[in-house]
Amino acid sequence: MKFTSVFDIIGPVMIGPSSSHTAGAARIGRVARDLFGRQPKWAKIYLYGSFAETYRGHGTDVAIVGGLLDYDTYDERIKTAFEDAEKADLSFEFIPEEAHKEHPNTTRIVMGDDEGEMSVEGISIGGGKIEISEVNGFKLRLTGGMPAILVVHDDRAGCIANVANCLAMHNVNIGHMEVSRIERGLTALMVIEVDQNIEDRVLQQISYIPHITKVSRINN
Amino acid sequence: MDVLFQNVRELVERAEQEGKLISEIMIEQEIAITGRSREEIMKQMDRNLTVMEEAVERGLQGVQSVTGLTGGDAVLLQKYIASGKSLAGDLLLDAVSKAVATNEVNAAMGTICATPTAGSAGVVPGTLFAIQHKLNPTREQMINFLFTSGAFGFVVANNASISGAAGGCQAEVGSAAGMAAAAIVEMAGGTPQQCAEGFAITLKNMLGLVCDPVAGLVEVPCVKRNAMGASNAIVAADMALAGITSRIPCDEVIGAMYRIGESMNPDLKETARGGLAATPTGKALAAKIFGGAVVQGQ
Repeated sequence: MKFTSVFDIIGPVMIGPSSSHTAGAARIGRVARDLFGRQPKWAKIYLYGSFAETYRGHGTDVAIVGGLLDYDTYDERIKTAFEDAEKADLSFEFIPEEAHKEHPNTTRIVMGDDEGEMSVEGISIGGGKIEISEVNGFKLRLTGGMPAILVVHDDRAGCIANVANCLAMHNVNIGHMEVSRIERGLTALMVIEVDQNIEDRVLQQISYIPHITKVSRINN
Repeated sequence: MDVLFQNVRELVERAEQEGKLISEIMIEQEIAITGRSREEIMKQMDRNLTVMEEAVERGLQGVQSVTGLTGGDAVLLQKYIASGKSLAGDLLLDAVSKAVATNEVNAAMGTICATPTAGSAGVVPGTLFAIQHKLNPTREQMINFLFTSGAFGFVVANNASISGAAGGCQAEVGSAAGMAAAAIVEMAGGTPQQCAEGFAITLKNMLGLVCDPVAGLVEVPCVKRNAMGASNAIVAADMALAGITSRIPCDEVIGAMYRIGESMNPDLKETARGGLAATPTGKALAAKIFGGAVVQGQ
């Protein structure tokens, strides 16, 4: 089931004009920032389908940039996100694409700063609800509606157990988990949806586990 | 996951067997799924209701969108109602004007509550704040109106779509109007089955409605579609309360809506390439708004 809460239907409270193209877009931007772990210095924002055709009219552009600045869907500052981005030293570029994606409202945000880069693909499935469909080339399905951690690691035996053990030690319950890899024996990704927000120290401990290359999270 | 209903049939059956309102089943499911307390859930819906009230209030004072394409119609309608010349009746036009007020605020990038989407955010509050004067509900009953709307929207969102880009305007204003009709029936004292009939009758009359916004903006024809969605909902609710039933069961109407959306040409699904967006005036407006940078595909 894609929609689980009545507030997915009666909600969100948001700045107009479009739940999918404005509120959903802001949410994708915000989750992308969360996954990156900090505000990026630059962002290349690729738009597909209906997003590419109508992004200016719907404020999709200001909403995504607002999300990257950590604004929520109801934050009035979304309207001035472009000016705010300049002040916050975030440069951005919008690239409407002709290619068709599976879902008509898709965006891929490639962002970075002096320390790193990340690519996050998100889709806006209606009524402000979103899914993250790809991170750094890994296919996944993440709603952003629950706290989650993403762990990039070497594809070795024991990695998954070690991370699960670490979460168990901190009394963190796993609600849903997915693992995927680009190629056997190379890099793999764990996507773990959990019941509560993850504290910094848990994240740090996971990053100390051997063969773990990167850890990021989405808190609610 | 403890889902209490996956379709309208299960929702109605559960409500009738347990002698409960549909709004109550929705609240119970929300508690079961999220683990949050009833108090917390009621409080959040109360806040959403307040946002809706404030949006209508603001719209009735008169707003204009940045492009100037929409704004001010809610005020015109209220003046017309006050003149005593209304043909359709004061309640119906009051609902229409409040639906328009909400969507005018939305188009002006004001704060609204999506129900189920922003483009269709006028229908549910528009009808609620109009029938309020006739039925004199308590605050709790007004909050329940939103849960009943939400229950039907929940079924549509999971079994079909509430996105104009995926299913056309029938998925947005069509769903919103059906949701409103069901909630009106419950508030007026109808049975859960009559709520489903109200939903079905409404959506049947909005099947095939395309999403063709001029210049890709949630303005033309979205604002007026909310107006008609609100009037459709009230008339269908009255039909259901009169004892009229839908020959095609509610879930099958929702299924039909989904399949119609799937077969709809992408030009007619929120791409601003077809329908009203592709008329000479629609294209001229787009060119004017974007300073000659005409929206693609025309």
